[in-house]
Amino acid sequence: MSWLTPEVVEVIIAVLKAIVILLAVVICGALLSWVERRLLGLWQDRYGPNRVGPFGAFQLGADMIKMFFKEDWTPPFADKPIFTLAPVVAMSALLIAFVVIPITPTWGVADLNIGLLFFFAMAGLSVYAVMFAGWSSANKYALLGALRASAQTVSYEVFMGLALMGVVAQVGSFNLRDIVDYQAQHLWFIIPQFLGFCTFFIAGVAVTHRHPFDQPEAEQELADGYHIEYAGMKWGMFFVGEYIGIVFISALLVTLFFGGWHGPFGLLPQIPFVWFALKTAFFIMLFILLRASVPRPRYDQVMSFSWKVCLPLTLLNLLVTGALVLAASQ
Amino acid sequence: MTADSALYIPPYKADDQDVVVELNSRFGAETFTVQETRTGMPVLWVPREKLIEVLTFLRQLPKPYVMLYDLHGVDERLRTQRRGLPAADFSVFYHLMSLERNSDVMIKVALSENDLNLPSVTSIWPNANWYEREVWDMFGIRFTGHPHLSRILMPPTWEGHPLRKDYPARATEFDPFTLTRAKLELEEEAARFKPEDWGMKRHGEHEDYMFLNLGPNHPSAHGAFRIILQLDGEEIIDCVPDIGYHHRGAEKMAERQSWHSFIPYTDRIDYLGGVMNNLPYVLAVEKLAGITVPDRVNVIRVMLAEFFRITSHLLFLGTYIQDVGAMTPVFFTFTDRQRAYKVIEAITGFRLHPAWYRIGGVAHDLPRGWDKLVKEFVDWLPKRLDEYEKAALQNSILRGRTIGVAQYNTKEALEWGVTGAGLRATGLDFDLRKARPYSGYEHFEFEVPLGHNGDAYDRCMVRVEEMRQSIRIIEQCLKNMPEGPYKADHPLTTPPPKERTLQHIETLITHFLQVSWGPVMPANESFQMIEATKGINSYYLTSDGGTMSYRTRIRTPSYAHLQQIPSVIRGSMVADLIAYLGSIDFVMADVDR
Repeated sequence: MSWLTPEVVEVIIAVLKAIVILLAVVICGALLSWVERRLLGLWQDRYGPNRVGPFGAFQLGADMIKMFFKEDWTPPFADKPIFTLAPVVAMSALLIAFVVIPITPTWGVADLNIGLLFFFAMAGLSVYAVMFAGWSSANKYALLGALRASAQTVSYEVFMGLALMGVVAQVGSFNLRDIVDYQAQHLWFIIPQFLGFCTFFIAGVAVTHRHPFDQPEAEQELADGYHIEYAGMKWGMFFVGEYIGIVFISALLVTLFFGGWHGPFGLLPQIPFVWFALKTAFFIMLFILLRASVPRPRYDQVMSFSWKVCLPLTLLNLLVTGALVLAASQ
Repeated sequence: MTADSALYIPPYKADDQDVVVELNSRFGAETFTVQETRTGMPVLWVPREKLIEVLTFLRQLPKPYVMLYDLHGVDERLRTQRRGLPAADFSVFYHLMSLERNSDVMIKVALSENDLNLPSVTSIWPNANWYEREVWDMFGIRFTGHPHLSRILMPPTWEGHPLRKDYPARATEFDPFTLTRAKLELEEEAARFKPEDWGMKRHGEHEDYMFLNLGPNHPSAHGAFRIILQLDGEEIIDCVPDIGYHHRGAEKMAERQSWHSFIPYTDRIDYLGGVMNNLPYVLAVEKLAGITVPDRVNVIRVMLAEFFRITSHLLFLGTYIQDVGAMTPVFFTFTDRQRAYKVIEAITGFRLHPAWYRIGGVAHDLPRGWDKLVKEFVDWLPKRLDEYEKAALQNSILRGRTIGVAQYNTKEALEWGVTGAGLRATGLDFDLRKARPYSGYEHFEFEVPLGHNGDAYDRCMVRVEEMRQSIRIIEQCLKNMPEGPYKADHPLTTPPPKERTLQHIETLITHFLQVSWGPVMPANESFQMIEATKGINSYYLTSDGGTMSYRTRIRTPSYAHLQQIPSVIRGSMVADLIAYLGSIDFVMADVDR
């Protein structure tokens, strides 16, 4: 067993951890379909899925079986390779971005020193899923959805990056572990970077195309927009991709603004994972509550909100943070 | 707009003869043939050559007839009781409405079978467009000068004109239906939209337009409604509404159902209106029969009608909020509707379509304990309405989506035949329950809610306030329900009173005939309009002295409202169209009949 050097063991453990995290994220994402429906049911004065298993918890299994056994249909008029590629991108872009999230002091896939930049790259990539789907479907509704998605992403990515620059400027690093450590020593960023949090949260919702920024799919207008032609497991990948997006953005919010795995006031440092999970779950539910409570603004209103309100706010935030950092360093 | 809003609506003048005097002094009395009817308005036959002149005169009079309320035809060929009327194989009637006079006039034209042509009046009233298309569709009468005379309710491939008397009324009179491959392809090809047919361009100066087919299957089309949009990006350049997917031929069915057995069909015209739909029909039949109903019947009818106004408006409210993207309120408004249906079910035995009004009364007396149920509902709803207003309607996103969207003013509304909340949202105080009271509405205290912007938001707010007023009316019914019979004591009341049948041979025979054949209504014409859930709904009945109606014309509000869409929505975004469709509050059954 000469090849079993400590380095190899370390690699194997790292790979195993990565696989566990991958599975956990995908399962969480998939399970969210049940959580969301139950929560919506609660808020909407009805039951939601409660037939399969205790509290309907096995609904996920039933849905999976249904989706797997549906005909995997590709419309004859669609551009086949791109049509197939789109759901893959939809599911994987934000899933891959998860590698930079530090879950606990010891768990996490990769400790990249360009962590945040990696996330921006992946978020930028995720819009291609929508564009590909919308374009290759050769459907006018899908095309309109893709147009909306592209326009929306262009406007929201601008200030999504800028919203986090305040955090980066204060910490002096793109590494997410550094950011968490910094928050443990100082204040959580939710307080000094409140504006940054608000705008990033909005941008995060927009990036995942969740209500009220679901213009690309807008059921009432575009009848599901870009994924209108999808069925079976391809559709399922869009669906799960969206939930993975929610899990990811929630986890990122926790990491960047709510001290990651730390408890409030340094409480109970023995259970870092529980803190992380609790905080992430809170934001996931916030996403769902948002969907249950808000109407959808019109597409041009979303754009003008982005350029006229969010962008100036982030710039202001960046300006003030920059000035303060500069003043503190002198 | 504000000048129009100040329009004074005088008390209703039935059989207003002023206009007849004006017409006679302008054209000479010999031009007109006066028909005596029970429609509550002067009915004048004019020769075809004079038609345009007369209609233009009426449109331009001082206190003009601003609204072409209805336009349709009658196949006169089998009509036996038409003494004193000009000879005609077909006739077309123009029902005009003046708000400043608060009275109507009906102009009729006689046509002979071998010359079914009329000049189009689309240049006088733009909303004549769809009505003339429908007359062409149903009777094969051509309108020269019409911009696009094509079928509207029937498919473009249809053969024959269904409302003609020689057209079969039953499926059994046709060969069994088969759908061959060739037929399918033909139909599909016929459904393809060709912009050139509608005078639309495929390209602009710098851009290509996209033609988006919205419906007949679309989550926000509120039924089988199709509208084809000419888009530049997401901006609507023009659009063509396409109706008829929900057409069931209710007017034709009326010609083969007894006066009594047609009542359930009326329920399904505006399928959210329930017994509200029975009301104009039974009132019109009662006018024919000369029945006056007891007070208790009136109050019961008003109470149930207001219940259905509430359930219809609640459904509107939920779906309207959902159309602008908020998914939750619709579940709550459905809970409220359920509460209302509990009461409706206890009283009528049915929920959506009770068909509960009868000629000369209602089907049963109120059940014991009805007052307790009604009281519960009356206490429940106002709090919920406040909640909806606070949680959903004052939401800034919703306001941003609907204020100033799909706006039109009173003048445009009248031009297009808009009635109901869509008209009152422009600031015009015209509610038939006040302006032309029927069924004893004059005895109730309530207000007519008005908007002032005429936009999607105001249309909604007017309806929310209307629900509060309906609650007030129901409360008054609850407090002041008169004692007495629930049926009129009249030989034509259907089913007729049975108490004396075993002592009195004449009553027994009448009862037997009415139950087996149905009642025989005296030959005449009658008309009744009511303020229904979605606007003004009316029945124009022609009896030829038989057990069945000779012609039943059902004028529904939604038809007019859909025709107006292109003129309102040009230049807006797709999302605005959705908010607009939600705010119209239409059901396709009410459009297509």
